[in-house]
Amino acid sequence: MEEASQLTEFGKIFIFLVMGILFVLFTFFLGWLVALRKPNPLKLSSYECGEEPTGNSWIQFNSRFYVVALIFLLFDVEMVFIFPWATIFSQETLLAADNRWGWLTLIEMFIFIGILLIGLMYVWKKGDLNWIRAENILLAGPGKVPMAMYARINDTDYKVREFYMGSGDEQAIIQAENKPLAARPTFRPQFKKTLE
Amino acid sequence: MSLELKREDGGIVITKMDDLLNWARLSSLWPMSFGIACCAIEMMGSMASTYDLDRFGVFPRPSPRQSDVIIIAGTVTFKMAERIRRLYEQMPEPKYVISMGSCSNCGGPYWQHGYHVVKGVDRIIPVDIYVQGCPPRPESLIGGILELQKKIELESLLNS
Repeated sequence: MEEASQLTEFGKIFIFLVMGILFVLFTFFLGWLVALRKPNPLKLSSYECGEEPTGNSWIQFNSRFYVVALIFLLFDVEMVFIFPWATIFSQETLLAADNRWGWLTLIEMFIFIGILLIGLMYVWKKGDLNWIRAENILLAGPGKVPMAMYARINDTDYKVREFYMGSGDEQAIIQAENKPLAARPTFRPQFKKTLE
Repeated sequence: MSLELKREDGGIVITKMDDLLNWARLSSLWPMSFGIACCAIEMMGSMASTYDLDRFGVFPRPSPRQSDVIIIAGTVTFKMAERIRRLYEQMPEPKYVISMGSCSNCGGPYWQHGYHVVKGVDRIIPVDIYVQGCPPRPESLIGGILELQKKIELESLLNS
């Protein structure tokens, strides 16, 4: 007579898991037991490739990725549904039972993907696939300054001089055209005595 | 390492705790490779397939938290010295230092006029093994690692 095992197959897995966890814990304990511990502030600081850690590690994450992650999740789930479908799609036993099976599942899957494609089109139309950028708003009002005023200013203040070709007395001509410039303050070095 | 008793037929090895720990440590010396000058090229060469430092259990790590030995391979400038000190401190015990090449041994070609070079990395961190050469050939580095293994063999839990 065959003796029935008191352990089920799941029981063996349970023992395997328990022994695995215990072994890892035991190894950690051994490591903790023999490890040397010499902590100092420099050692306990976080590793930043040898640089001094600065700033807060709680940084703000760009909210643009939120929409991208959501859309990714949608198509990720789509894959989850397609995989089991692909395993039964061309099963010969099912095809032998009813030869309409292949067409039925194929059309069903196209409907499913079609619904998701409509979702993709919606997202595309809404502009959620676009990367959100800061928009530069140019505040362009109607110009009140007439062009003649600019022309007058150009005539008086920014007059284009005539071109003289190497006659040697350009300086004299320029000085005659312009008013004499006020003497600029020249550079005077100053030496300050600092009291230490 | 000195195994007290090793029986091939019974599959039993009896040893001391010290020897076991030292054997474990010297057989997997993971360097935090600090390549800062041309010596680093030789260090890479010795880690690559031609010399294959992995034979000795030497496998480069990117983080000081996982490494046992720091190989200072190159010129140590004053600016870098600060970083070396911090990285050395961030390594867990037991930690060892291999100074590779003349620059990190004593300043090398910059020993007199190099205003920016630390004259030997042993002025910042305690060095276990000096590997001479400018730069040392991979054989020299392997020799240095073997010397370090000999040094670790003599360690004891009692005086660490």
